[in-house]
Amino acid sequence: MENSLLSLIVWLPVLAGGALLFLDPARVGLARSFALLTALLAFALTLVAVAGFDAGTSAMQFEQKVVWIAAFDIHYHLGVDGLSLPLIALTALTTLLVVIAGFGIEDRPGQYLGAFLILSGLMSGMFAALDAMLFYVFFEAMLVPMFLIIGIWGGPNRIFATIKFFLFTFFGSVFMLVALIWLYLESGSFAVADLHAAPLSLNAQIWVFLAFLIAFAVKVPMWPVHTWLPDAHVEAPTGGSVVLAAVMLKIGGYGLVRYSLPIAPDGAAALDWLVIGLSLVAIVYIGFVALAQTDMKKLIAYSSISHMGFVTLGLFLVFAIVRNTGVTDGAVLGMSGAMVQMISHGFISGAMFLAVGVLYDRVHSREISAYGGVANTMPWFAMFAVFFFMANSGLPGTSGFVGEFMVILAAFKANVWFAVAAAMTLILGASYSLWLVKRVFYGEVANDNVASLSDLNAREWTVMVVLALFTLGLGLWPYPLIEMMEPSVAHLVDHVTTSKIP
Amino acid sequence: MTAAELYLALPEIFIATMACVVLLADLYVTEKRRGLIHSLALFALVFAAILTGRDLVPAGQTLMAFSDTFVRDRFGDVLKLFAYITLAGVFVYAKHFLRSAGLFKGEFYALGLFALLGVMIMVSAGSMLTVYLGLEMLALTSYALVAIDRESARGSEAGMKYFILGSLASGILLYGISLVYGATGTLQLGAIADGMGNGLGDNLMLSFGLAFIVVGIAFKLGAVPFHMWLPDVYQGAPAAVTLLIASLPKLGYLALAIRLLHDGLGSLHADWQAMLSVLAALSMVLGNVVAIAQSNLKRMLAYSTISHVGFILLGVLAGSAAGFAAAMFYTIVYALMSAGAFAVMILLSANGVEAENLDDFKGLSQRSPWYALMMLMILFSLAGIPVFVGFFAKWQVIAAAIDAGFLWLAILAVITAVIGAFYYLRVVKLMYFDAPENNAPISAPTDFRAVLTVNGLAMLGLGVFSGGLIGVCVQAFS
Repeated sequence: MENSLLSLIVWLPVLAGGALLFLDPARVGLARSFALLTALLAFALTLVAVAGFDAGTSAMQFEQKVVWIAAFDIHYHLGVDGLSLPLIALTALTTLLVVIAGFGIEDRPGQYLGAFLILSGLMSGMFAALDAMLFYVFFEAMLVPMFLIIGIWGGPNRIFATIKFFLFTFFGSVFMLVALIWLYLESGSFAVADLHAAPLSLNAQIWVFLAFLIAFAVKVPMWPVHTWLPDAHVEAPTGGSVVLAAVMLKIGGYGLVRYSLPIAPDGAAALDWLVIGLSLVAIVYIGFVALAQTDMKKLIAYSSISHMGFVTLGLFLVFAIVRNTGVTDGAVLGMSGAMVQMISHGFISGAMFLAVGVLYDRVHSREISAYGGVANTMPWFAMFAVFFFMANSGLPGTSGFVGEFMVILAAFKANVWFAVAAAMTLILGASYSLWLVKRVFYGEVANDNVASLSDLNAREWTVMVVLALFTLGLGLWPYPLIEMMEPSVAHLVDHVTTSKIP
Repeated sequence: MTAAELYLALPEIFIATMACVVLLADLYVTEKRRGLIHSLALFALVFAAILTGRDLVPAGQTLMAFSDTFVRDRFGDVLKLFAYITLAGVFVYAKHFLRSAGLFKGEFYALGLFALLGVMIMVSAGSMLTVYLGLEMLALTSYALVAIDRESARGSEAGMKYFILGSLASGILLYGISLVYGATGTLQLGAIADGMGNGLGDNLMLSFGLAFIVVGIAFKLGAVPFHMWLPDVYQGAPAAVTLLIASLPKLGYLALAIRLLHDGLGSLHADWQAMLSVLAALSMVLGNVVAIAQSNLKRMLAYSTISHVGFILLGVLAGSAAGFAAAMFYTIVYALMSAGAFAVMILLSANGVEAENLDDFKGLSQRSPWYALMMLMILFSLAGIPVFVGFFAKWQVIAAAIDAGFLWLAILAVITAVIGAFYYLRVVKLMYFDAPENNAPISAPTDFRAVLTVNGLAMLGLGVFSGGLIGVCVQAFS
């Protein structure tokens, strides 16, 4: 089966981004329109894929398979199912918005936009890879553009932040590499489908699971390996924060779904208490940490960690539910909820970082205390921002509600206390989100900086409207997304509840 | 000695002749036309490549000559081809530096070709004597090269140090060879292997001989704890010479290790595997940790070499065809990476003053975006980040180690790789995140720029299309 649509989605931005790096620095306008055109085209291509996607099957679609490294039977093998396609679409959409928002960058704009395009291609490739080695190559390669984006265009403490980001992620992923090589030597293949099918002893599964967990837990990030994220978010330029929050964190969740759970299901079952425990710590403890932040970007970063806790919780509820109820119905709900939460968090966290970026561009401060009464001078902006922060706290009718609700429902089937702890987020999330809204947007105009603010320009309008529509759309009518994922999620639940021990 | 045997050794004979021709021609060439010597040396390499490439030994076949003291096989031929390529790159890079440092002499080229000859003899060695012959040929020329700038006290000191320690290492190796000879009664590697197959194996003298041989190899490669000479020599030698001794000889030493340990002492695999595993572990840890503390680029790259040697040993100690192929891939790639890194250093050197401090890299991306990008790719490749070729080298040796049952070594290797990434990232940080300290324009001749561009892009190209070179290496051991 040959279908190069996915290759196009992956390589078009990479090649165009590569070309942008070498564009004459003086031709800013050309760089912008070229980047915009590429991002639009890439997004349009993902829409073609979404339109042509058959939601009735859990099989891989749009597959392409070419021999890459013959000596080790490694293939350039791409394909999508209901789990990866929404994330690829999210990647393309986020990139498009980041490119639009990045028009304001003055320092080396061509290279800035080029780096984001390359990054987006690599991320799409990572989601679409069906060969573990290909996946690993994309997984690591995307560190390079992000490292440069934070390091070149970041804030004052960017060098510490970017090196920490790079080394944390790199450190996590090398254990996955060892595990993948070990799996290859055991099963004789790097193909994801073969790895899913390969029988493994419980002991081996536990080790493999732990090796994968280190890699993906850093990426998600889960408590206690989350400390790189607040640093990276604070120092990254707005676009970098958006991509980090909206897409890069999802890579951890996707890795758990595509690799950890199906390759080592018994290992995951044996260690689900660990992941659930860490998720609940993230949801509750990190929620409190977010409450204490004085820096807006840091607050959103901690909120992201807390919300990603829902994703990991939803994914690993399956074993407890099966133990508890004997059926897998609730498990599908939890896992779908986790996937919806990933997409929804992509919209909302991206939008919140863009909103902070709008303020930062005008006042050059991220401190909450530097603002107050912004709604008086920027009413339109305040409307959008308040909407996104509301969505972040899980307001029904927005996408933030859907995923959390599904996961909490599933948690009840597993263990009431899980659900109680997870539901804490409804209070905590509302607290830190709304308290921030109160301090920044409402009240008297705090100072001259705020008094002289001008409302959104056309570019910012575009970005905000698009994200608001998606957040609202997914909140009011999540069915198409859930339907698209349903067969893949059901198949995954079936797979992970079947023992692989020979 | 028949014509057919001489024919097999044609590339060696040709290089030997050309080295002498270069030496003689230099006498008759005026200072202004020294470029001719450069062209002559390059021609020698191209023609040698044609000679080797034309009669490329089919995979799996081994041809012997001169009473089995000379071997030609696919492994050797491929290594030789890459030795030509590496040396040609080194010559192009070195010319620019030698010119500006006032060291542009014919001797550099003659010695370089003799060093290549040494490498080629080692690569094609079928007997312990041939191994030693090639080794000494390479070693003596290297000592002279390090001290080529006789005005420089640092260079002479480094040359002296290299000579003393290098001779000691050669002596140790020779002692090991003599012990093995005493135990087996032959110098032919094939005969040694046969003899041990017939029960000559378990012998105290043989084990002693093996230990000395391993120490000798470790000394030459610069594996911990026999690495002390390496940073001093790298730092003391002129940049052009460091460039040469950091790249070309590694190919020969790899062959040295494989010929002696596998072709000759293969049945003692369990013994040398244990020794090499310790050497590999120490080299990876010490090399990567100590490199972090260096502010001198040459010393940093020296310690980085030590760590890469550890990785290469990882492939060798597996003792399998896949392991040797991985080590071969790693060595070839390492030679290209290290040549490229030193080339960028030469690029930044102005008027013979070496840019050997890390701070000289500050703001390179603004002074010269293109070369900064080349260096970026070389550095990420050295750090083992995909999709650059260094990653494919690393995972292959790690896979070989895991396959051989050395999971702990593989885990240690990946952890040290993360530590190592830090100091490579630091150079990237200097190039991309810091403002330049001086804005002197960076200039280099066209051939230099072209080769550096090819070298840098090869890091990406060989990575994206890594199947090709991996296939070549795997085939060499089929």
